[in-house]
Amino acid sequence: MRSVSNAVLLVALGLGIAGLGAGAGNFTASAQQKPETAEVKIDNFSFGPGTLTVPVGTTITWTNRDDIPHTVVSTEGVFKSKVLDTDEKFSFTFSKAGSYPYFCSIHPKMTGKVVVQ
Amino acid sequence: MSEKIKDELLIDHNHDGIDRRGFLKCMAWAGTGALCVMQGGVLKSYSLSRMSELGPKAEGELSFVQISDSHMGFNKAANPDVVGTLKAAIDKINGLAMPPEFILHTGDISHLSKPEEFDTVDQILKSASAKDVFFVPGEHDVLGDDGQQYLERYGKNAKGAGWYSFDKKGVHFIGLVNVLNLKAGGLGTLGHEQLEWMENDVKHLKHSTPIVVFAHIPLWTVYPEWGWGTEDSAQALAYLKRFGSVTVLNGHIHQTMQKVEGNVTFHTAASTAFPQPAPGKADSPGPMKVPAEQLKSVLGVTDVSYVRGQHALAVVDSSLA
Repeated sequence: MRSVSNAVLLVALGLGIAGLGAGAGNFTASAQQKPETAEVKIDNFSFGPGTLTVPVGTTITWTNRDDIPHTVVSTEGVFKSKVLDTDEKFSFTFSKAGSYPYFCSIHPKMTGKVVVQ
Repeated sequence: MSEKIKDELLIDHNHDGIDRRGFLKCMAWAGTGALCVMQGGVLKSYSLSRMSELGPKAEGELSFVQISDSHMGFNKAANPDVVGTLKAAIDKINGLAMPPEFILHTGDISHLSKPEEFDTVDQILKSASAKDVFFVPGEHDVLGDDGQQYLERYGKNAKGAGWYSFDKKGVHFIGLVNVLNLKAGGLGTLGHEQLEWMENDVKHLKHSTPIVVFAHIPLWTVYPEWGWGTEDSAQALAYLKRFGSVTVLNGHIHQTMQKVEGNVTFHTAASTAFPQPAPGKADSPGPMKVPAEQLKSVLGVTDVSYVRGQHALAVVDSSLA
C-alpha cells in the first residue's frame, strides 16, 4: 500500500513539472480505480519532463506543442510514434519495469527517458 | 564616399580562414539582406542595396541557383503562405540577369512528406526558367517511411538512400544524404556506405576539378546544441583535401552563413518558407516570427557562379524582398 501511494506521488510530481492543471487530489482518487496515466509535453524542441518516473501499467501520452513536427522513438526499439504534427498525441502503455530512453528521430538532440517502477 | 567604404569589406584569407570581425559583419548583414561574394580567395561583402554594382563580377562559365527549405505544407504564424514565398523565389530566379543553368534544392521540400506537398512544389518549380532541378532530402522529406517516397520521386538515378554525382561544364557536383538513421543525441549522419561511395566517386578526378558538395544539414558544425552539424562530415571533407576548390552548400538552418576553411567554402542558404533564429539566440531553433512586412527580407535564394581559373565559386545570396 505504501509503495502504491509513493508511485502515485511520483506520477503527480511528474505531472506537476509538466504543468498540468489537474489537481493532485482528484488524480489520486481516480488512480485507484482506473489505470495510471501521465503526460509529456513537447515544447521548444524538448520533452517535459525530460525524465518521467511512473508505476508499471502507466499509459504515457506525449503531446507536440511546437510549430514543427516531432516523433517519440524508443532508443531500444520498444515504441515508435508516427510523425506528430502540432497538437498531435502519441500514447504508450508501459507494462514492464525498466528504463526507457527515447528521442525525436527528426531532431535527435531531443532526448528523454521514462523510468517504470 | 565614406558611405561606400563603410558598405564594403575586403578580407584576405590566404592563410587559415576568414577575418572574424569581417565574418561577423557579413553574418549580421545576412539577416537583413546581404550578399557575400567569394572570388579568388577574397571575400567581398555588400549590402543588398548595392547589388547592381556587382552584376558583371558574378558572371562566369556556369551559373546555378540554390533554393532550400520550402517546407510546403507549413501553415503556422511564421509564414501562412509558403506557396506564395516559393513562387516569389522562382520569380527572383527568373529575373536574374544571368539565367541559371539549373536549380539545386537542398531539402525540406515538404513539411510532412505528404504526396500533395511534393506535388505542389513540383508544380511551382515548373514555372522556373531553369528546367533541371537537383534535389537532396531534408529530414522533413523522409518522415514515416525512411525516405522511400522521396527516392521514388527524386532519386531514380541515385545510389543508396539518394546520393549521386554529376558533372556540368567541368564542375563536379556531389549530392549527399545526411538526414537518415539519426541516432539519439547525435547530429546529421552520412554513414559508412555513402562515405565509401564518395571516396570512389572523387578518386579519379583531377586536383584542379572544382567540387560542389550539397546536402541538407550543414557539413560543418554550426551549432551542435541544436543539431546543426553532421557527425561524420570530417571524413567526407578528408576525401576533398587534395582539390583546389571545394564549395559546400547546405540548408536546414534557415539563414545564410558562410565560412572558409583552407580550400573549402561552406555556405548555408536561406529558406523560402520561414526564418530560424541565429544559433543560441532563442530557446529553440523553431520557426521565428517576424513582422509580416519583413518576412521576405529573411527568405531568399542563392546564386552561384563558376569562373574558370578562380580559386572559389562566387556565392551570392539575395532576399525575396
